[in-house]
Amino acid sequence: MSADILIAIFVTVITASTPVLIAGLGALVVEKSGVLNLGVEGMMLIGAVTGFAMAATTGSPTLGFIAAIVAGAAASMVFAVLTLTLAANQVATGLALTIFGTGLSALAGKGFVGRTVDASIRIFPDVLALHPLGRLIFSHHPMVYLSLVLTVGVAWFLSRSRAGLILRAVGESADAAHSIGYNVIAIRYLAVAFGGAMAGLGGACFSLMLTPMWSEKLTAGRGWIALALVVFASWRPGRLLAGAYLFGLVMTLELHAKAAGFGLIAPEVLAMMPYLATILVLTIISMRPGSAYSAAPACLGKPFRPPV
Amino acid sequence: MKIAIVPRLKPSRLIFWFGPVLAVLATMIVGTLVFAALGINGLKAVETIFLEPVLNPQRWQDLGVKAAPMLIIACGLAYGFRANVWNIGAEGQYIAGAIAGTGVALLADGSLPGSPLPLMCFAGVLGGMAWAALPALLRTRFRVNEILVTLMLTYVAIQLLFYLTRGPWRDPNGFNFPQTRLFEAAESLPIVVPGTVIHLGVPLALVIALVMWIVMQRTTVGFAGRTVGLAPHAALYGGFRNDRVVWFSLMLSGGLAGLAGIFEAAGPFGQLTPQFGVGYGFAAIIVAFLGRLNPLGIVLGALVLAISIVGGEIAQTRLGVPNAAIGVFQAMMLFFLLAVDVFVSNRLVFERDENA
Amino acid sequence: MAGQKQKKKDAAPRIALKGICRSFPGIVANDDVTMSVAPGEIHALVGENGAGKSTLVKMLYGVLKPDAGQIYWDGEPVTIDSPKTARYLGIGMVFQHFSLFEAMTVLENIALGLDEPVPRRRLESRIRDILHTYNLPLDPRRAVHTLSAGERQRIEIVRALLLRPKLLIMDEPTSVLTPQEIEHLFKTLRRISEEGCSILYISHKLEEVKRLCDSATILRAGRKVAKCNPGKTSARKLAEMMIGSELKDVARQATAPSRKREVRLSVEGLSLAPSSLFGTPLAEIAFSVQAGEIFGIAGIAGNGQNELFAALSGERPCAPGVIRIGGISAGDKSPSSRRALGLCALPEERNGHAAVPSFTLWENLVLTGRRTLALTSAGLIRRRRARRFSGEVISRFDVRTTGVDAEASSLSGGNLQKFVLGREIAQNPRILVVAQPTWGVDAGAAVTVRQAIADLAAAGTAIVLISQDLDELLLLADTVAVINQGRLTEMGPAATVSVERIGMLMGGIHGEPAVVTPA
Repeated sequence: MSADILIAIFVTVITASTPVLIAGLGALVVEKSGVLNLGVEGMMLIGAVTGFAMAATTGSPTLGFIAAIVAGAAASMVFAVLTLTLAANQVATGLALTIFGTGLSALAGKGFVGRTVDASIRIFPDVLALHPLGRLIFSHHPMVYLSLVLTVGVAWFLSRSRAGLILRAVGESADAAHSIGYNVIAIRYLAVAFGGAMAGLGGACFSLMLTPMWSEKLTAGRGWIALALVVFASWRPGRLLAGAYLFGLVMTLELHAKAAGFGLIAPEVLAMMPYLATILVLTIISMRPGSAYSAAPACLGKPFRPPV
Repeated sequence: MKIAIVPRLKPSRLIFWFGPVLAVLATMIVGTLVFAALGINGLKAVETIFLEPVLNPQRWQDLGVKAAPMLIIACGLAYGFRANVWNIGAEGQYIAGAIAGTGVALLADGSLPGSPLPLMCFAGVLGGMAWAALPALLRTRFRVNEILVTLMLTYVAIQLLFYLTRGPWRDPNGFNFPQTRLFEAAESLPIVVPGTVIHLGVPLALVIALVMWIVMQRTTVGFAGRTVGLAPHAALYGGFRNDRVVWFSLMLSGGLAGLAGIFEAAGPFGQLTPQFGVGYGFAAIIVAFLGRLNPLGIVLGALVLAISIVGGEIAQTRLGVPNAAIGVFQAMMLFFLLAVDVFVSNRLVFERDENA
Repeated sequence: MAGQKQKKKDAAPRIALKGICRSFPGIVANDDVTMSVAPGEIHALVGENGAGKSTLVKMLYGVLKPDAGQIYWDGEPVTIDSPKTARYLGIGMVFQHFSLFEAMTVLENIALGLDEPVPRRRLESRIRDILHTYNLPLDPRRAVHTLSAGERQRIEIVRALLLRPKLLIMDEPTSVLTPQEIEHLFKTLRRISEEGCSILYISHKLEEVKRLCDSATILRAGRKVAKCNPGKTSARKLAEMMIGSELKDVARQATAPSRKREVRLSVEGLSLAPSSLFGTPLAEIAFSVQAGEIFGIAGIAGNGQNELFAALSGERPCAPGVIRIGGISAGDKSPSSRRALGLCALPEERNGHAAVPSFTLWENLVLTGRRTLALTSAGLIRRRRARRFSGEVISRFDVRTTGVDAEASSLSGGNLQKFVLGREIAQNPRILVVAQPTWGVDAGAAVTVRQAIADLAAAGTAIVLISQDLDELLLLADTVAVINQGRLTEMGPAATVSVERIGMLMGGIHGEPAVVTPA
């Protein structure tokens, strides 16, 4: 295989991984604060359709991405009010959000099915991508670079900043954090909003970068895969990046296998691969002694209501 | 003035049982506004969706047929949800059950001496169980989260359905349409009320609900499930094994979903097509909650969702309301229900501000 | 004392409360409480479990808000709406259930308790200063879950002292400490008070209050009943003011000698991995208990008691021969099978372990009694029988409740404890394993519970009593052992062991020096 093909595969892998990585980073921060939001898939779909609609109407993909961020965060607020203010069951509420997002995006996106937008944005001049090495570094969509910046940013925030320390404390023991005077609910609201914004942005990466078009259930379970990758990553941003790229590789191999016309393997079987790979990866990570779950924030998924 | 939520001394029975009614009413009101925002006559749409199927006796048979699969699936899910086993992939088990049952019919192809139907149903149950066995194994052996695994397997089941209907199981006389051959009369669920579409699965669903009510409320197995869900530590202390409850929950919900799947395939569908998974497995989650995780309540919950589905179909043909609107409605019902639920064990108080 | 001298100099008390009221659904936790603490004074807030002490101090620290009443700080009326405000005024707090984050380091925990970010290096040197000044052994870089209870408490003390407080609130600080650690703590507290900081010392242990405190406010059922000088009041008098009636003594009847010889429970070479990430492994535990014997296990919480309880109750199975019930290998048997063999167990935590909070009392009876009391048949629960038996437990053990349909969570700690203990006794156990039976239980119920345990032993049951409360152990136990870091050391007959020696063992002979002489 020539270097060109390898580079092409590399670029495809990174691009395919980006939406999952971005949504996963959001989910990671949310879970670090002790909240389990299973609505990622729904928020991604809402972000995808909002971003596409905005880009299609205004012609600006940038505005599309911004709209997706806002829409994702707004959708997450429904979840936040129910689970944080009213202390409702997080699993059920997250599921409801996914069902809601699936329906709402299909409803809102009816008029946009089959439309296309010119979503190409480049930040580096094409001339830089002439050399194969340049292509490796400079040919990506801005969202790819943004996802890397976000990964570093989230890692720094969690391990180095005081705000990150407080966020982790809230996820570790909401009661202790409350008793020394932190506003647990407010901190979790912010985390959930960030998670929603990232899910929305991740969704828009689908409709404005990967495909770029809108169709019902466009994200095809990627929100769930993002949640699984957070577990796989033991709640560490660096490992999330690795997990996302690994997942991107599986997806790309699927595409390339299809393109290469592996007649022996049915396309449906190939399409199962990302989901089966996710299960496999979750199992492997849980099999280790002192399994991944021991790295989980101690308060994950437990409702907290401050004493009044 | 400040509003605060404080715990009640005793849970409110009133809100517990009327919560679902409030949730449906709130959905109707907000739904009207949402439709109005989309430029549809909201009042008319909501009336068509929620009232038309109830007021028009000709639609009642449809309600039964739509409610039955959700009722069967939700009864199984409710046991698990109470035990904190979150099988959200019933849709996949439903499809797997239909595939397994259909497989028996296609394999036997009329060669069995008696009716193949019991064997098909049995295979359906096993198919659903098999699909739920992997998450059960992974959760009990390696503590892998069953939420993610059951859901991932739903996508796998859908692909399997695509593969079979487009490939090996495609009807050779079907003009290349991706679908299996139609079931023979002996392979189909009999109609129990002549002249209607009400098949055997509808009364059986009610029987299943009744049995499940006894299992959940009166038996040790039901007690074990509730204990594990409410206080896992106390369950262990009381001698209930968490792993057994996980297995039982997943086998029960998977088996019932599989049964619902083959009922649907051998009933209203009459064959397998790629469009077989219409979302009953997901809707059943909402049904289970609307019914308060109590099989008798679930009968009503299934009826409410059936109304919204039948009404949605009417609204789609008559008013051009997109089908996706029904999903939004269903999710809204669950949102409102979860919100109302908080007030079962809490109440609102209006505090005056500090007067120094 | 130094505190009392300063009291005369300053006109305004450091903190004063006037008519503080606070209620929760169903209970009035504080009713018209008025009290004050002078600068530099060590003031005790005394009351039994449920008297409203914790609620009161949470209001002082801004965690809860009073329904009515006024707080004065140095004579000025103040509203303490958050812990931040409290810290700003100069109030430091050491919580009973520590407000610490297990997975984080000491340093991170302390940083979280400060309102201003302090650079890591500077913070660490300031912490080391305080540790040195007050002679507190603690490593700032260790993760909290590796620390003993005493060390954890020091984190909170350091966290409070870093803010140079003018009032330090200590909520039941000695409940998790060894006698030697308590001595050390008292020295530290006296030193802090000599520097002019007031201390509000919450406790129900009257001997400690008498030794340490300059004055005391006594709470009963949410109301202030007296203020006194504990040094000049007898412990008996203090206890009576606290409880409101005379305390009954527990009568321990001797077991008939003929029954004594039979070994009911024997444990040999019991080793077990920790049950949670932050648990303690058990190492080679061995002991045996005879019929009619109360075998007491002392130790500070978190030294393997939970693991030991789980191994004995059957919640965590081990090798068959390790645990023998009446000679039968039972190490691999489930809790239900052990009950069938006559071993009943009652864990420390009532809500969520001994009982399901949202279950009714009769359902909680079914939880452990379904086989031993024949409460099921053919897989169905015999509700009528379960309700009848529950009613019997309620009347026999004087459980104050609305009836068998009351939810477990609606009962007070003492009444729920009486019910769950009664439930186990109703199963006629040959062996009873019971952990911290009077933890968080009011004095009246504690007497009932202890009497029931003593009576059960007198009737011939072998009892394993795991307790942090040394007084309780010495009162009830025939034989005493100490558990420390998962190892059990048997001490012999209770009559012959010294409290000092138990204390040494509880602190671990090989660990850090339990007694530290001030520099």
